[in-house]
Amino acid sequence: MSEPHTPRPRLDQEPPPIMGRMGPGSRMFGKVERAKDTRGTIRRLWGYLKRQRNALLLTGGMVIVTTALNVLGPYLLSLAIDGYILTHNLPGLAVICLIMLAAYALNSLLTWLQSYVMAGAAQHTIRDLRTDLFEKLQALPLRFFDQRAHGDLMSRLTNDIENVNQVLADGVVQIVSGVLSMIGVAVVMFWINPQLALVSILSITMMTMVLNRWIAPRTRSGFRQQQASLGTLNGLIEETITGQRVVKAYHREPVVLEQFAQTNAELRKAATRAQIFAGMIGPMMNFVGNIGLAVVAGVGGWMAVQGLATVGTIAGFVNFSRQFGRPLNELATLYSAIQSAVAGAERVFLIIDEQPETDAAATEKLGLIRGEVRFDQVNFGYNADQPVLKQINLHATPGQIVALVGPTGAGKTTIVNLLTRFYEIDSGQITIDGQDIRLIKKTELRKQLGIVLQDTFLFAGTVLENIRYGRLDATDDQVIAAARLANADQFIHRLPQGYETLLSERAGNLSQGQRQLLAIARALLANPSVLILDEATSSVDTRTEQHIQEAMLRLMSGRTSFVIAHRLSTIRDADQILVLHHGEVIERGTHTQLLAQQGFYQHLYASQFRATARTEVIADSR
Amino acid sequence: MHATRKLSRFLAPYWHWALLAPLLMALEVAMDLTQPWLLQRIIDQGVMRSDMNLVVSTGLWMVSVALIGMVGGVGCGIFTVLAGQGFGADLRATLFRKVQSLSFGNLDRLETGALITRLTNDVTQVQEAVMMLLRVMVRVPLLLIGSLILATLTSPQLALVFVVLIPVVLAALIWIINKTFPMFSEVQRRLDRLNTVLQENLAGVRVVKAFARAEHELLRFGQANDSLMEQNITAVRTSAVTMPFMMLTLNAGVVAVLWFGGMQVTLGGLQVGQLIAFINYLAQTLMSLMMIGMLVMRFARAEASAARIQEVLDNEPDLAFNPPAATAPVARGRVAFEHVTFGYAANGHDPVLKDISFVAEPGQTVALLGATGAGKSSLVNLIPRFYDVSEGRVTIDGVDVRMIDETTLRKTVGAALQESVLFTGTIRDNICYARPDASDTEVLRAASMAQAHEFISGFPEGYDTIVGQRGVNLSGGQKQRIAIARVLLMGPKVLILDDSTSAVDIETEAKIQDALASLPEQQTQVVVAQRISTVLRADRILVLDDGRIVAEGTHTQLLESSPIYREIYSSQMDNGAIIHE
Repeated sequence: MSEPHTPRPRLDQEPPPIMGRMGPGSRMFGKVERAKDTRGTIRRLWGYLKRQRNALLLTGGMVIVTTALNVLGPYLLSLAIDGYILTHNLPGLAVICLIMLAAYALNSLLTWLQSYVMAGAAQHTIRDLRTDLFEKLQALPLRFFDQRAHGDLMSRLTNDIENVNQVLADGVVQIVSGVLSMIGVAVVMFWINPQLALVSILSITMMTMVLNRWIAPRTRSGFRQQQASLGTLNGLIEETITGQRVVKAYHREPVVLEQFAQTNAELRKAATRAQIFAGMIGPMMNFVGNIGLAVVAGVGGWMAVQGLATVGTIAGFVNFSRQFGRPLNELATLYSAIQSAVAGAERVFLIIDEQPETDAAATEKLGLIRGEVRFDQVNFGYNADQPVLKQINLHATPGQIVALVGPTGAGKTTIVNLLTRFYEIDSGQITIDGQDIRLIKKTELRKQLGIVLQDTFLFAGTVLENIRYGRLDATDDQVIAAARLANADQFIHRLPQGYETLLSERAGNLSQGQRQLLAIARALLANPSVLILDEATSSVDTRTEQHIQEAMLRLMSGRTSFVIAHRLSTIRDADQILVLHHGEVIERGTHTQLLAQQGFYQHLYASQFRATARTEVIADSR
Repeated sequence: MHATRKLSRFLAPYWHWALLAPLLMALEVAMDLTQPWLLQRIIDQGVMRSDMNLVVSTGLWMVSVALIGMVGGVGCGIFTVLAGQGFGADLRATLFRKVQSLSFGNLDRLETGALITRLTNDVTQVQEAVMMLLRVMVRVPLLLIGSLILATLTSPQLALVFVVLIPVVLAALIWIINKTFPMFSEVQRRLDRLNTVLQENLAGVRVVKAFARAEHELLRFGQANDSLMEQNITAVRTSAVTMPFMMLTLNAGVVAVLWFGGMQVTLGGLQVGQLIAFINYLAQTLMSLMMIGMLVMRFARAEASAARIQEVLDNEPDLAFNPPAATAPVARGRVAFEHVTFGYAANGHDPVLKDISFVAEPGQTVALLGATGAGKSSLVNLIPRFYDVSEGRVTIDGVDVRMIDETTLRKTVGAALQESVLFTGTIRDNICYARPDASDTEVLRAASMAQAHEFISGFPEGYDTIVGQRGVNLSGGQKQRIAIARVLLMGPKVLILDDSTSAVDIETEAKIQDALASLPEQQTQVVVAQRISTVLRADRILVLDDGRIVAEGTHTQLLESSPIYREIYSSQMDNGAIIHE
């Protein structure tokens, strides 16, 4: 595209977005975006891009042609003026006008095709990157998620990929065509008039370099500070808003506002500094361009007077010097975007490189299992130096109900985490139907287990969909039957749209107990061979719990069940009760046996009813 | 642009910067416009007449003009940033203050995630739009008008080309904007959907794994991902038409000018320098038009953000602490409900609480028992006035809570909520949340009472242990105990425990109760619980069912009189007899 005009558009001279592109996850604790291994990261990105080889080759070809046409434009213009207008050759002018028109048309067509093809290539690349990242997330062990802030992960999945997207979408073409056209323009300039070419190229390049050297470190350190205060501010916002109810309950608004005002002021200061410097780049590059123009006009004019150049040459050079300076300017603007894209890609690759869950190689289906579960000398710790479970032995025969009892932190939930292979044991062995669970594929294993967890999670969607998560192919009737069994049917009917009621973000429209009922329905629907209830009813009132219990007892018959509860009433009916304390099984037996032992269990049991003599009197009197 | 215009009032304090910036920009534009004119002078009067002095002096003029232009540009940039950053900071602060002023009822309706996005992303969008406005919206029209005028002055005949070109460019712009704007909105919607899937997979990772649903989730994500990609491609491809088309129009204009201008030069009506200058002005005019188009698109996006911000700002706190509110400290802490009926306004369904009346005398413990969803939490939320009653009234020491000043009320009523939220900082910071000035002895005492001292001292750093984001490094029971210590340290006259020991084992819970009972201060306690053991020693137990008090009395009385209570009791205790075997 010939661009025979002076000032260039100014949109791309905007300072890089300040807080732009902060997805819902937000880069809360964003540091300055600089990759550690730039080259390696770019090579890997290239690996993704390479999959779109045909599109890239096609685009590359078109870029070469359009760049050539871009250079040709001003050349034809100066030719038209020198060769035809000044010589009053109108038929010749008509021909060259037609040639120019054709060149411009072809240029526009190819430019459009270029974007058209590249859009597909870039978006496919981004899609692949996202898919790989998500697949990896599905394969990562729970340990990974437990150790990382969700805000940070979310930020990689959204902001970092978006940064890559921004550069891929138009950056790649811009860089290639920018470099090509600089070379092309320089060649043509030297061809037309070497002296003038040298003067104008040197003046533009030198000034750009000097400016860049002065301004780049200043903007970089400015943006680093800005990002740091931005991270602090966003952290404060996220935490305060999430805990807003507590803030209100404790009347901490004044303190919070004070903190906010301080951080906000810091951000304002840092951002102002950073952006003032960044904002100078635009006018200064404009200045460089104008000086380039003056140099061409002055020196060119002098040369024309001396007979060393023609008027057409000057007109052409005015445009050439613009065309030469433009890619420089663009590359300078792109520089920060490229840096944050590479840094973002690196953060994404770090996750893709994480060690996935180890899984058994066996591909055979587990089939229906009887549900004999055995823990043999199992040792485990979340950290190597802090054992959580010590020498755990456990044997559940098919159909048995095993209750795990003990104070908070005794290791009850950990046993569930091991049986489901959320975490891997350090030593010992866990078997189901005599088969080491490490030799069973995790999906196969987990399909046999029905788990209701302490923390009930519901997805955005209808009540029906949430229960159906337990068995995706269940009919509506089956879902409703499961809800009935879990005693959830009643309250669901009272919801505005019954089973079609949409549950919001964090299911704020349901009480904790109601959420647990839905989670139980979900597990019931899954119809597992082994049932695990980890504090599944802690927020359900005891009467409702008793109703469910009846249903669950029915359900548990024929299935091996593990029950964790603080309420001893929940576990009285268990076939065996394991009392855990500090990671060890200290007592085991049935309820009656354990009470007779007068040990820890009896103590726990009594404490539930300890209360006062008054109660005992009442209990006696009944 | 309605919402954006409404927010522009935040620019008012910075009007002097906001005024200076465009003025300086006008300077830069004026200088930029002078350049082609000077260039024309060099060619027509210097080169063509071989006047070297003129070439040199005009060249120097060009340098000075460029310098002045740069000063204008840099100055405009500085003042724009000053005004823009001031605007953004103020807007953010106002929005944050608004959120702080909102009631629980308001917060129920605004999703947390959405609020955070508004405070971060949306404010930035609007701020950037405003800065762009200050920087470019003046530059572009000035350039447009300036180059139009100069072009016309240079050659009125050639200027006729604008009559054709401008309508074509405008029509194309309008078409593109109308066409692509909904496309990009759809991209945003699909991106939101993808993010929802992501967020759910992070938050619900245990459920996904427990049900071995990786394949299902991959499918779900794949669909969202593909649909986003397709929409993105469509949108990008459509908008990619803009540039080439505009360039084609522009270049066609250049060729036309070259042809007609060339003829005029041949006929002697036009100088070559004028022709070159005209081509420059032409390019500038059309470029400015395109810029305006891009600006409109940018602004349309900012408008969406502005509307979201305005939506939050338009929220009026649905309960207000109006003067003249009582500020006298509450002396005794007698809580009374008088025929209270309450419903969450939003759902417009049956009231959650119906005709509730009871009194909690100073020093008494009142326990609430009832089925899931019976209204227990709703009831206690009315005491600290997290919500306002629909009918009847709640009083403390005979004063309607709606007449008590907010600070006083918050100091009087301390609540440990169902969900124990902890903040980043040390354990000590968290316990001291309500009273940052508390002494170590006091902190220790509160933690001991909440049975948290033992496990806290077990940590290598003790009370200075950093609580991770949302307390990830603590178990549920530990978080609850810290939350209880937090409210105990506050030492409120009225203490509310809303199922706040559900994750604590029974023995520890009993110890907490012992500690609470041994408090020397007279404290009214309202306790929500699931376990009978928690409520056994309450002075009064209220049994709630479907929003009504169906039975009320001490444990002994209720065992006699209330079948529901007996049922609850026996559901937990029917082996009680074994103890005494």
